[in-house]
Amino acid sequence: MKFIVSILLIALLSFLSGLYLPWWGIALAAALISVLIQQRPGMAFLSGFLALLLLWGAMAWGIDGANNSILSKKIALILPLGGNSLLLILVTALVGALVGGSAALTGSYLKKLL
Amino acid sequence: MRIVPFFLSFLLTVGLIFVLNTQWGAVPPVGKFLSPQHGCWQNAESVDKDFSATLSFPDLKEKARVCFDEHLIPHIFASNEEDACYIQGYLHAKFRLWQMEFQTHAAAGRLSEILGAGPGNGYLKYDREMRRLGMVYGAEKTLLEIEKDSTTKKDCDAYTAGVNAWISNLKESDLPIEYKLLNYRPEPWSNLKIALFMKNMAYDLAGSDEDFELTNAKALFSKEDFAKLYPTRQDSADPVFPRSMAYLSPGLPVKAPATADSLYFNNTDSVTVREVKPEKNNGSNNWAVSGKKTQSGRPILCNDPHLGTNLPSIWYEMQIRTPEFNTYGVSFPGAPYIVIGFNDSCAWGITNAGRDVRDYYSIHFKDTTRREYRFKGDWKAADQRIETIKIRGEADFIDIVSYTVFGPVMYDRTFTGLSTTPTEQAYAVHWSANDPSNELAVFSHLRSAKNYDDYKHAIRYLSTPGQNIVFAAKSGDIAIWQQGQFPAKWKEQGAFVMPGTDSSYMWQGNIPADENPYMLNPDRNFVSSANQLASDTSYPYFLGSSYPIYRGKIINRKLEKYNSITVKDMINMQTDNYDLFAEMARPILLKYIDVSQLSPDEQKYLGMIRAWRLRNDPEERGPTIFKLWWSKLEKGIFDDEFSVTTLPMMRPYESTLVEALLKDSAYKFVDNIHTPGKETLAQVVTEAFKNAVPEIAQAEKEDRLEWAKYKDTWARHLLRLPAFSRMHLPIGGGTHSINAAKQFHGPSWRMIVHLTNKTEAYGVFPGGESGNPGSPYYDTFIDHWVEGKYYPLWVMEQDELKDKRVKWTMIFNK
Repeated sequence: MKFIVSILLIALLSFLSGLYLPWWGIALAAALISVLIQQRPGMAFLSGFLALLLLWGAMAWGIDGANNSILSKKIALILPLGGNSLLLILVTALVGALVGGSAALTGSYLKKLL
Repeated sequence: MRIVPFFLSFLLTVGLIFVLNTQWGAVPPVGKFLSPQHGCWQNAESVDKDFSATLSFPDLKEKARVCFDEHLIPHIFASNEEDACYIQGYLHAKFRLWQMEFQTHAAAGRLSEILGAGPGNGYLKYDREMRRLGMVYGAEKTLLEIEKDSTTKKDCDAYTAGVNAWISNLKESDLPIEYKLLNYRPEPWSNLKIALFMKNMAYDLAGSDEDFELTNAKALFSKEDFAKLYPTRQDSADPVFPRSMAYLSPGLPVKAPATADSLYFNNTDSVTVREVKPEKNNGSNNWAVSGKKTQSGRPILCNDPHLGTNLPSIWYEMQIRTPEFNTYGVSFPGAPYIVIGFNDSCAWGITNAGRDVRDYYSIHFKDTTRREYRFKGDWKAADQRIETIKIRGEADFIDIVSYTVFGPVMYDRTFTGLSTTPTEQAYAVHWSANDPSNELAVFSHLRSAKNYDDYKHAIRYLSTPGQNIVFAAKSGDIAIWQQGQFPAKWKEQGAFVMPGTDSSYMWQGNIPADENPYMLNPDRNFVSSANQLASDTSYPYFLGSSYPIYRGKIINRKLEKYNSITVKDMINMQTDNYDLFAEMARPILLKYIDVSQLSPDEQKYLGMIRAWRLRNDPEERGPTIFKLWWSKLEKGIFDDEFSVTTLPMMRPYESTLVEALLKDSAYKFVDNIHTPGKETLAQVVTEAFKNAVPEIAQAEKEDRLEWAKYKDTWARHLLRLPAFSRMHLPIGGGTHSINAAKQFHGPSWRMIVHLTNKTEAYGVFPGGESGNPGSPYYDTFIDHWVEGKYYPLWVMEQDELKDKRVKWTMIFNK
């Protein structure tokens, strides 16, 4: 339960941070929620990881659909992804997930210190 | 000890963010770039995007409205010209900001700032060329002129304010994708940037010269050989202004200096520096036919400017309506007004005049400080201008340029252009674009031109680049002027580097505008130009000799023949793929090929070019074979003479070779000077064919023998990224066809205007209104352009604001 709530809150706060802060605001969001909701470090990492995987993945996927994949095909050629839109969405999601997971982990260790 | 895991994970997180927020080589900061709320995803425009908006700008004088049609073409309805310019600036910025800034950075020699010094310092060299040519210097002088004219000052101030209204409201996530890829931000716009943009066009169209190359040819070849390689007159030329025209006696008689023979014509100094050159194919077609030749009885005007087929397109299509004027046409993102188009009374179009307005003078500095130079027997002080070139990721480069009475010393021991040979020579450039002028006034006046006199008055503001401006009015008048500020030159002045030790070789004045060639309602009932020579030798001033021939010739041949002309005829003509050069040259190839020397495979290809009907249509194989064969023939004929030197040289024009061979098959250069025997034309033609066949066969193997596939026309992104370009466009045509579509260059806008009571007009360009590669409007018109189709141009009326063709409306409140 804590796990699910943690994922949802990290995703929501990350989204809100994106409206006002640069892209790394997601790290602040993940860290903050991890401080507020205590979990084992492994679970904290997973919460942050999945939250951003889902948030960034879903946003990219939604934008891509509305755009008929016009841009993603092109970006996936400029980056070495063979013009594959899905791959670009996946990479996007992974990048966010790594930062989110790492930040959540940091937050959970910080909580343990306090 | 619990601090350790925290500390480590903290370092990991911060490290990860740092890595993902930093540019590594050419890779943009990945985290920033991929963030769905900040990065490239924000440029992935929804195909259902609603462009309607209500905006408020206190700078506006009154309310205004922009109606967008389904192609995202804006129709501006403003109550005064300044608001119209403000909104034009705003729209240019909204849809094309990156391109505007990139092009003006290029003009200002600031590419290194964005891209770094480049492979082999290529971008740095380019930037130094632009600075030393005086691009910024010239733009500063033009800016003074723009601001002396109260109309252009008002309009530019408004335009700049409109652009900045967009820029200042830009959030990071809204930046065009190229900024995100290259990881930089736009800077505020200014009137100077408008002037720089105009200088960029001047460079593209009037920045060409071959002075160094011809000076070297003069040093290498005898006088007789030089005349055979670079004849001053092409017999087959069909000038813009017919040979029958009479000209006024020159108001400015010019005379060569007494030292011309010894110091100039017979001088054999050579030049090692190498210029960066503008695209030499920048040119165009235009023509207007009088109502006496049309079915409707009303004139038809046609224009297709030939520029780089870039993405974002060099042009932005729009309509601008105020109570004073109603114009439709194409504009330059980076400057106000409509540049090619029409209003309620008349239409206009432009082609490049191609006159030589860039000359070099040999300079002798006193010492390596370059502070003084020899002039009229004394040491004269040079003004030194410090150019600071910022280089991304490196220290600034400081370039010190000496300015003489002739102009900036563009090349000297500190800068040799693209050459790597050190030199003690120095060359000052005199370029007419560095003289004060206000080209924008041409367009500020044309927009409300009602008749021939208004047009004539408007075009007088054009200095550089000189253009052939064609005109047609609903009243029935058609006209063409070759207008610009052209130096009055004596024969061959400026063809070579000139002595700069005194003033005797300077330009003696400008040709008075009234003495520029023109035609108004000529007997032949049409006017036309395709960058060919303006006139034959009866014109009393030196015109130079480097002009293309064949498009002008085929255009005139058709227009002379045609009657009862319709718009459809003009569409067919503008997209015509017939190759007049091939018509003249192929008979030579077919006459002299020795079939007995050919293998069955080679004969197969010979059969293809024999059967070719001389049209550069997309699926034809003849054009490819012809091009390869002719280029091998040129190499076979000229390589031996030219390969003796590594100095910058210019090969003779195609027209020179074809005319020489048609006149005399024993053309001197046919012989290979490195062999003991004397080659014949038959040998050389046959050998050229046999040399071409392996490439022809290879192309056939790779399924590239068909002309469109071989030519491989692109609409190419300014950063040359294939992903942002449209490649392999199946369009025919070529250098010598009216449809001048080459690989990266061609008809950047095609326009046909029928001057009926309610103007009937058609247009198309190889791009789209949006400069965003993520937008469905990025390349809207390309397929039509490829297929030779046109769109009817909708000149919106005041009462059509609620027409169902209006898809979105932007309301501008003050």
